[in-house]
Amino acid sequence: MSGDWSANAHSLFKEHGIKQVAYVPDAGLSGIIKASLADNDIQTVPLTTEEEGIAVAAGAWLGGQKCAVMMQSSGVGNTINMIASLTTTCAFPLFMIVTMRGDYGESNPWQMPMGRAVEPVLEAVGVRCLRADTAEDAADAIQAGLMMSFHGGEAVAVLIGQKLIGAKAFSAPAAQDAAGD
Amino acid sequence: MSNNKLFRRDVVTKLMAVRGDALCISGLGSPTWDLAAIDHRPENFYIWGGMGGAAPTGLGLALAQPDRTVWVLTGDGEQLMGVGSFSTIALQQPKNLAVIVLDNEHYGETGMQAAPTGRGTDLAAMAAGAGIGNTMTVRNEAELDELVAVLKKGQFPLVAVIKIDVTTGETIMPPRDGKFVKNTFRSAVLGPDKALHPN
Repeated sequence: MSGDWSANAHSLFKEHGIKQVAYVPDAGLSGIIKASLADNDIQTVPLTTEEEGIAVAAGAWLGGQKCAVMMQSSGVGNTINMIASLTTTCAFPLFMIVTMRGDYGESNPWQMPMGRAVEPVLEAVGVRCLRADTAEDAADAIQAGLMMSFHGGEAVAVLIGQKLIGAKAFSAPAAQDAAGD
Repeated sequence: MSNNKLFRRDVVTKLMAVRGDALCISGLGSPTWDLAAIDHRPENFYIWGGMGGAAPTGLGLALAQPDRTVWVLTGDGEQLMGVGSFSTIALQQPKNLAVIVLDNEHYGETGMQAAPTGRGTDLAAMAAGAGIGNTMTVRNEAELDELVAVLKKGQFPLVAVIKIDVTTGETIMPPRDGKFVKNTFRSAVLGPDKALHPN
């Protein structure tokens, strides 16, 4: 696949029968969020904090549905106990898309520590990380991750790098209104 | 005063009498022991960890199984840790989900330390503030009867906070293997074929 990785992700969600998409928004996820919201066959579940999504995905699986969980890399820090205690203990399949901050070209120092920690902490609680830095990589990794999680029974996170989604610009004073997380 | 408070096992016994075929998720600690002691069945998913996750697990299940009723039975400390999920649930307005909080105003499993729920924090008000339409706080038998009526009618989404005594019942442990509990639950809900051969 080539082209817009978000559109490809949505097509793959359809192909794999994803029925719930739970997320905390991130700029890099806005395309998939928009596509999910516009899709009547997918229930979008906006979350107040990312660990809820891990539990929603477990509940969906208990009820026979597949749920994709999406978040910014900072949010990974919020998910760790829920993944370890619920997902890993019970061997729930888990499919996550994580859009990276504190990554390639980042200029906000507050994002750096969590950006560096994403892979080691996810691996430590049993989540396999598939890294994607091009649109082709992203589509391949999402396809692979959906197979590995919902058929292979694994917990998988596709990490979408800032090389693909771009680094957020911070330049005073014009960017101040838009500055945030 | 405290000896007039409801006893958790009596409460759960009364609730389970009107459960029908509702699916039940229990939050870690005493609610899991209560459910195992009073109404053990394959349609129970017993959580032993992942504090804060009972209600959102119930939400994912309720969305996946819109024709089944889902009850989440949890404690005040567990629910406080996942209190944002009231907002997440309110956004979805699931017509088949009830969150029932057994509120003893303490962290029971860790040595009965005082919880904020005994010092001004009102979980039912927090649920109402999050946008849950049906909320109630139950303090006595008469109010428990009202809750039973609401559960029978299925006026959901519902968050019911039941003030209970700190007294616990005998610790009855359900199977502790999460994979077993998950597969048992899925087999009961989806049928063994679909549970073991997802497509």
